[in-house]
Formats: sequence, C-alpha cells, structure tokens
Amino acid sequence: MNHSYYEASARERMAALLDAGSFQEFLPPSDRVSSPHLKQLDQPGAFDDGILVGSGRLAGHAVLAAAQEGIFMGGAVGEVHGAKLVGLLERALVTRPEAVLLLLETGGVRLHEANAGLVAVSEVMHAVLAVRTAGIPVIVLDGGQFGCFGGMGIVAALCDAVVMSEEGRLGLSGPEVIEASRGVEEFDSRDRALVWRTVGGKHRYLLGEATRLVEDSLPAFREAALALLDTRPAFGLEALEAEHARLQGRLERFGDCRESIEIWTRLGIEDAQSLPLLETRAFLAQVGERRG
Amino acid sequence: MDIRTLLERLFPAGHSVAFEDTYFHGSGTCRGAAVAVLGTSEEVEIGVELALAMAHDVLDVIRTAPQRPILLLVATTGQRLSRRDEMLGINAYLAHLAKTIDLAKRMGHPVVSLVWSRAVSGGFLATGLLADLCFALPEAEIGVMNLPAMARITKIPLERLESLSATSPVFAPGVANYLRMGAVEELWEGDLEAHLDGALRLPSTRERRRVLGDSRGGRQLARSVAERVRSDARG
Repeated sequence: MNHSYYEASARERMAALLDAGSFQEFLPPSDRVSSPHLKQLDQPGAFDDGILVGSGRLAGHAVLAAAQEGIFMGGAVGEVHGAKLVGLLERALVTRPEAVLLLLETGGVRLHEANAGLVAVSEVMHAVLAVRTAGIPVIVLDGGQFGCFGGMGIVAALCDAVVMSEEGRLGLSGPEVIEASRGVEEFDSRDRALVWRTVGGKHRYLLGEATRLVEDSLPAFREAALALLDTRPAFGLEALEAEHARLQGRLERFGDCRESIEIWTRLGIEDAQSLPLLETRAFLAQVGERRG
Repeated sequence: MDIRTLLERLFPAGHSVAFEDTYFHGSGTCRGAAVAVLGTSEEVEIGVELALAMAHDVLDVIRTAPQRPILLLVATTGQRLSRRDEMLGINAYLAHLAKTIDLAKRMGHPVVSLVWSRAVSGGFLATGLLADLCFALPEAEIGVMNLPAMARITKIPLERLESLSATSPVFAPGVANYLRMGAVEELWEGDLEAHLDGALRLPSTRERRRVLGDSRGGRQLARSVAERVRSDARG
C-alpha cells in the first residue's frame, strides 16, 4: 500500500486522513455539478469540479474538510469549485465542527473563468476569516504535486495552521508564472532544487510560515492535523501587531538575501547548504528552534 | 483621472493626504466626517514592503481613530512577480494586510474601496476585494489577465475568447464584467463625495456579492452551489 501524500489523489487523501468510512460528501459527483464555463469553451469538465467537500471524523472529532484535486486543471479555482469551498466554510459557522481541514493543492484562479475564480477566492478569504472569528480553527495541509499558489496561497496564510511536507510548496506567484513574465534569469522554474529552496516545505518551516513539517506520508499528515485541533492563535489587535513586528523583522533581517541558504545561515544554522538533502527527521533535529 | 483630482472630488472640504513616492495615506473630510484614506497614486506591483506599509497604516487607524471609516484607493497591476518576494513569503505579507483590514471591519470601521485606475489579481484580493463594499470609476480596469496571454496559456484561440467575451462576463477583463459578477457594487460618476457618503451608510453582508452576481446574471451558480453545500442533509 502506498502511503505517500504527494502521490495520492484528493479522494485517497481524504479517506486516509479521516476515520474509516466517516466521510460524507456534499454535492458528490453523482449530483453532477460541474463548470458550465469549461463546457462553453469545449474543455473537459469534472463532476466534482476538482474539489470534494464534506464532513467526517478525525479520531472521533467532528470536522468539515475539503480536498482539491491537482490532477484536474492543477486544482484551479473556478466558480463552482470556489463556491463549494465557500459553502463548506459557511456551513462551519452553523454546525460548529471542531475544525475545518483544507487539503489545498492549486495553482490559483482558473483562467477559463478567471473573474468568477478571483471573486470566489475573495469569498473564501472572507469565509476563512469569519470561521476563525467564530473560534473554529482552519487547518491547511499542503503536500501535493502542484503546491499551493495564487490567491489560495494568501488563503493558506490566513488560516490558523499550515502543515507541510518537504515536497509541499507554498507561495503567491508560481515559479512558471514568474519565469514566463520576468525571464529565466529571474526564476528558472525548471531548476527543481532552486524552486524547493525558495517555496518548498523546509524553507516555509524555517521562516515560520509552516506550523509543522512532516514526512511525506498520509499517516503523518493525519497525526499533525489531529495535534493541531486545539490551535487557535489569536488574531486581534495585539496579535496582529506582533505578526507585523515579525514580518517587519524578517524584512530587515533577510530583505537583502538573494538565496534561501543565506537566510538559513543567518538563522544560525551550521552547514545550511546540507539542509535540502536531509530526511525530515534529521532536518528537524538540525534546525531545532532556529526558525524565523 | 489623476489621484489629486480624485481626492479633491472625494473630499471637497479638504484632506491631509501625504504622499511617499507612489504610496499615500492620511484622511479626508466627507460631509463633515473624517475618513481615513490609503492607496497608491500610480499603478504599482504590490510587493512585501508596500503590503507592510499599508498594514502599518491600517493598524494605526485602528489604534488612533476608533470606528473611523476607511477608504482604500489602491491602483495595482497585481502582486510583485519576483523570486526574492516569493522567498520572503509575499503570500504571508498580503495575508497580513488582509487580516488588518478584516480586523478593522471587526472593530467597527466601515471599509470601502474604490477602483479608480486598475486592479489586478493578488493585489486586488488583498485590498479592494476585502472591503465591505467595492466601487469603481467607469474608466477603471479590473481583471486577472489580458486575453492574448490567456489564449497562450489555455491554448484556446484568441478569436474564440474574444467572441465569447462579448456575452460571457466570467473571464475577460473589464469593469462591466466585475459589476455583473457582483464584485463591484456600482460605478461612481458625478458627485463623488455624495457617492462616498452614501457608501459609508450602506449595510453589507458576506453574501451580498453572490446575491448581486446572481441577480445581475454574472455568476449564476456561486450562490446556489454555496447554499446547497451549506444545507446538504448528508453528514
């Protein structure tokens, strides 16, 4: 049996993350709610529009969960896809689960319905903030093949906690987008080592953007999500002032760095260039508390 | 319209807006009431520094002027496309800005945005689209990507996109499309001070854009799909 989160489909991830048989899907593929806009452009659609949303249990705890399917259009957000996510988050305001889990894998807005997608991502942002305000934690899992980019990269950073594997990537503009508009000198998207050093799980953990770094396995993601169910970082004025100081400090400390390895070295990590090669456990041991 | 003319028309009774390069902030008087203002005087890419500067000033308004309305006048071509900004976590900087705007709303500051020049993608998500209500000037430009670039990436012929965009508002740039989507509440023409005063009195709900998008025929599924997920009897 294959336990890799990276290689699993959205449905396999959901099944492995939640208690066996507990997942109940809302608007399942049998309801055939797909994108009318793709059809209009003669593009293949999907009966779940690339996302599954539903309720289930995590070690007995009631949760709501969504999983984006990267294989379908890179997990891109269209009108229906986005509305399913918004509906799930707003359902949480009524049913008050113990947490909402977002298994994000997306390149951002779906260009074929770019306006509807952009507005949908905005509504997801509003909804995430409302769920947090209601005291229900929103936890992101990011370890899929397409990473988490575009407006959904902002969404991830709005949530209570982000769990990543080394394979996960998190950012705003994807490397391909930057290369296409600014040239290969700015960002060589085919240099995999550079991409992972810049937006990958280890670097995000070192900056303090990923709450936890886990190995690429479905049980490891499940365990991390379970451990974070009680996470509710404050986000009132004092908390945002502290976050502001932290982000200001990052800019002052690392703003002139050209490469992530310089950042890691300034964090006080010896032999920083060896970090990309380390297994997750050895990496965590070498890093210790030296994070931004 | 240039920014100085715009500010004079929004605040004929005067304003104290300070410019630092292309970024500005301050306050203006609208029908006798103080309104905090922040934005950019030219179309800029929003990078980590600008996101932080705006977040700083939103927090400052929250601390020093309880419940004062905030008007966002951000002109942006989108997020800054740079490896260095990605390395520093630009998504977290834009999310931080978004959180400060959300905090302002939670603490009773009405937040209104006016797209007066241009608004694109990530820069729009973290500013104008987070306001309670978003308005636009008729000459404003809003979008994600121009059609030639969209044709290249989606591999759909440009002619096809152009002809479909005559009837479908869902993908082509254009302020009229965002009006139909419900993302833009209305276009402002004529007496801008009166529009702003009216906007600050208008109630808003989280669902408003979906309801407008549905009734204006721009997004015919967003509202019903979200509602079906909210009320699905399974689970």
